[in-house]
Amino acid sequence: MKYQLSVNDEKKEVEAEPGTPLLWVLRDELNLTGTKFGCGVAACGACTVHVNGEPVRSCQTPIEAVEENKVTTIEGLEDRVSDAVVAAWRELDVVQCGYCQSGQIMSAVGLLTENKKPTDEDIDNYMSGNVCRCATYQRIRAAIHLASDKLEG
Amino acid sequence: MTITTTRRTFLIGATAASSSLFIGLNASKSWAATTTETELNPFVKIDADGTVTAIIKHFEMGQGTTTGLTTLIAEELDADWENIQVQFAPANAKIYANLAFGAQGTGGSTAIANSFIQYRKAGATARDVLVKAAAQKWGVETASITVENSILKSGEKSAHFGEVLEIARTITPPAEPKLKSKINFKLIGKETLRRKDSEAKTNGTAVFAMDVKVPGMVYCCVARPQNFGALVKSFDKSDASKIGGFIDARTLPNNAGVAVYAKNTWAAKQARDALRVEWDLSKAETRSTKQLEEAHADLVKKPEFKATKNTDFERTDKMLQNAAKVIEGDFFVPFLAHEPMEPLNCVIEPTPTGVRVHDGCQFPSITKPTVAAVLGLKPEQVEINTVYAGGSFGRRATTTSDYHLEASLAFVAFGGTTPVKLVWMREDQLAGGYYRPMAKHKIRAGLDGDGKLQCWDHRVATKSIIKGSPFEGALVHDGVDHTSVEGIADTHYAIHDFSVGLSDLQSPVPVLWWRSVGHTHTAFAMETMMDMVAREAGKDPIAFRKELLSNGTKDQKRLLGVLEMAASKAGWEKELPKNHGRGIAVHKSFNSYVAEVAEISVAEDGSIKVERITCAVDCGIAVNPDVIKAQMESGIGYGLGAMMRNQITLSDGVVDQVNFPDYEPIRMSDFPDIDVHIIQSDENPTGVGEPGLPPVAPAVVNAIFDATGKRYTSLPLTEQGIEFT
Ligand code: FES
Ligand code: FES
Repeated sequence: MKYQLSVNDEKKEVEAEPGTPLLWVLRDELNLTGTKFGCGVAACGACTVHVNGEPVRSCQTPIEAVEENKVTTIEGLEDRVSDAVVAAWRELDVVQCGYCQSGQIMSAVGLLTENKKPTDEDIDNYMSGNVCRCATYQRIRAAIHLASDKLEG
Repeated sequence: MTITTTRRTFLIGATAASSSLFIGLNASKSWAATTTETELNPFVKIDADGTVTAIIKHFEMGQGTTTGLTTLIAEELDADWENIQVQFAPANAKIYANLAFGAQGTGGSTAIANSFIQYRKAGATARDVLVKAAAQKWGVETASITVENSILKSGEKSAHFGEVLEIARTITPPAEPKLKSKINFKLIGKETLRRKDSEAKTNGTAVFAMDVKVPGMVYCCVARPQNFGALVKSFDKSDASKIGGFIDARTLPNNAGVAVYAKNTWAAKQARDALRVEWDLSKAETRSTKQLEEAHADLVKKPEFKATKNTDFERTDKMLQNAAKVIEGDFFVPFLAHEPMEPLNCVIEPTPTGVRVHDGCQFPSITKPTVAAVLGLKPEQVEINTVYAGGSFGRRATTTSDYHLEASLAFVAFGGTTPVKLVWMREDQLAGGYYRPMAKHKIRAGLDGDGKLQCWDHRVATKSIIKGSPFEGALVHDGVDHTSVEGIADTHYAIHDFSVGLSDLQSPVPVLWWRSVGHTHTAFAMETMMDMVAREAGKDPIAFRKELLSNGTKDQKRLLGVLEMAASKAGWEKELPKNHGRGIAVHKSFNSYVAEVAEISVAEDGSIKVERITCAVDCGIAVNPDVIKAQMESGIGYGLGAMMRNQITLSDGVVDQVNFPDYEPIRMSDFPDIDVHIIQSDENPTGVGEPGLPPVAPAVVNAIFDATGKRYTSLPLTEQGIEFT
């Protein structure tokens, strides 16, 4: 089947089997490999992308579900909140292996877009779907607070 | 900056002189500088525009090697940190061997330790020839030249490195490059130096093997047996072939599984799941973990091997009979899976001279011959393109090179001319073996009338990681796999009468080093038992340990140093809020010394929260203090998650855990505050990737005892009825 998608503000036509998760369309067909595969069952958040600005797990999102919608991946992040998040991530050297970090950043941008001044508890609740096996959680938390400060300042 | 992850163009093919200068070791292992790269294998490259590139012999799994080794070069070269480039070295054990192993590979927390002098010498050699070249060019004394941020200066004159390359190539470097004295370090030890891989890992451009795509490549998932050691009898692909994108299914030449090929990853997974395979179980593990646990319990009673020279169970037993008080401890730890975030995968593609493997490759020196043997090639015909590894924790460094072996078999089964990408699903990995071995410890300790520790009888039963591997010759002595008893047999506690025994479990379940190897369970048993004995002796757990570390050896002094620092930073003497508890543990591993104080709280419903971990580490000279802190945080977090709720169990030989929901990783909401303190030291640097882990589990169970009076000696704790909040 052919599908028309809007990814990172570009129109794309892809050929895929019905029901193919967006994750594999992005990675295998569109070569947007910044979005990662971690579990395939909505348990790790590595595959997080934005659909119409809201974080979703692309491993659970069939291609049909996004045809009429705007998909944003880590490669297409481009606004004030994203800039603040990425800058905070670099300032605090959050990353280790880095494999989970696209998903972490996509979720963090979602959180700060919705809630400019999250508490530790807000962060716990919002970010708990994103696993980091390198356990960079302490720095992720600090980076979200730092990004929040940057957005205020 | 972006780390080059495309093919290492400058390292292959070019025989003609280029406009860049390469500094490295030549065939006679002397430092050399040349513009003809094939004359040597470089550690540093300098381009005509002055750009400096550090060539990294270790892979990057998150531990910070690309930052660490680059720091060593930049320090001695006085290079500009912001602009220095990083590139992974090719697989060539002659030049890029880990000096701790004599083969190319990363592990045992050795990357900085084995490179500390070598990489500094590379930087110093480069600096030496550049300074001499500038002196010639300007007609000045070398002593008048300074180097700062990659700029050479003498009086009014200044130049970037690229401007003196023409002369530099004619200069023979000194046999022994002069290294900076520690007092002059500018980058080594600098807290604010930022990681080299941060940018690529925050904008989606970092390339992992999972992201590699080569023209014409097919995707492959393998159907593996549910029971370890089972073999393929037959398979039926009628359902699989209905999946869109399915190409074919073929039995792997070693009968260990069936490779399913497809046009993309999703099709490969679905078709693999739809394949029906019949297995031959005659050599397979069919026991349940309960039975394996009982087998360990039998084995631990009668040690097969003596693990120290002074071990004499009869003698220690006599001491125990005469002791004023005997304390007994039985400890158990389960199988654990590593679960790096990036599921295992690699790409094999044919080249005109052999094959190329794209992988976050941890042990090139094992992978090359393994792949070569399957394909009937010479090891040098196997090229490895090292890309970022999405974590490892030991899993990528199997002594059998298991997933490369499987990929080579799948490549051969498909004809050997089409590039194949082997992808494991999370489910494959959890059920795929190579676990941290299950282990049981049985300890009896005797106190005299004054509460002094007199004797210790320690018996371990576990499956050997090393036996049957290429490391057996080096790491197994008199039947004892040292990794089964490390941290016990070589303890620095002065215990008057000390006997250690070991029995090996036999099982087809493959086992493997898991971040910090034997220390994962030996520190848990030793440091929990130490707490139990201290309490029975009526002594403060820190004071009790200090008594046993008071002979003045260097190791003991360093252990005392971290013990005291962790205690003081955690406020050990301070009163705790109600329903809080504190526990301590201290352990040496990978030549580093770490003490951790855990603080926990108990809620009204009895559930437990790990509030904070205060960590003190002595790892010699702290090359990158912030990377060291990150590694401590990571080791602590990784160990905590496992301690809380992770285990791999088998029912009739079949793994019960399917995906993350059954093997819940530690998450943001579980995470304590972690506070890391680094001891100032002039000793050479030692490991940091693993040593943060061993003390955390015993520190936490000791804290739980402090708060509740309940003693836990089996893991994971949720299995013992503890709930965490
Ligand atoms: S891959 Fe989608 S949540 Fe794990
Ligand atoms: S940085 Fe490695 S999994 Fe998060």
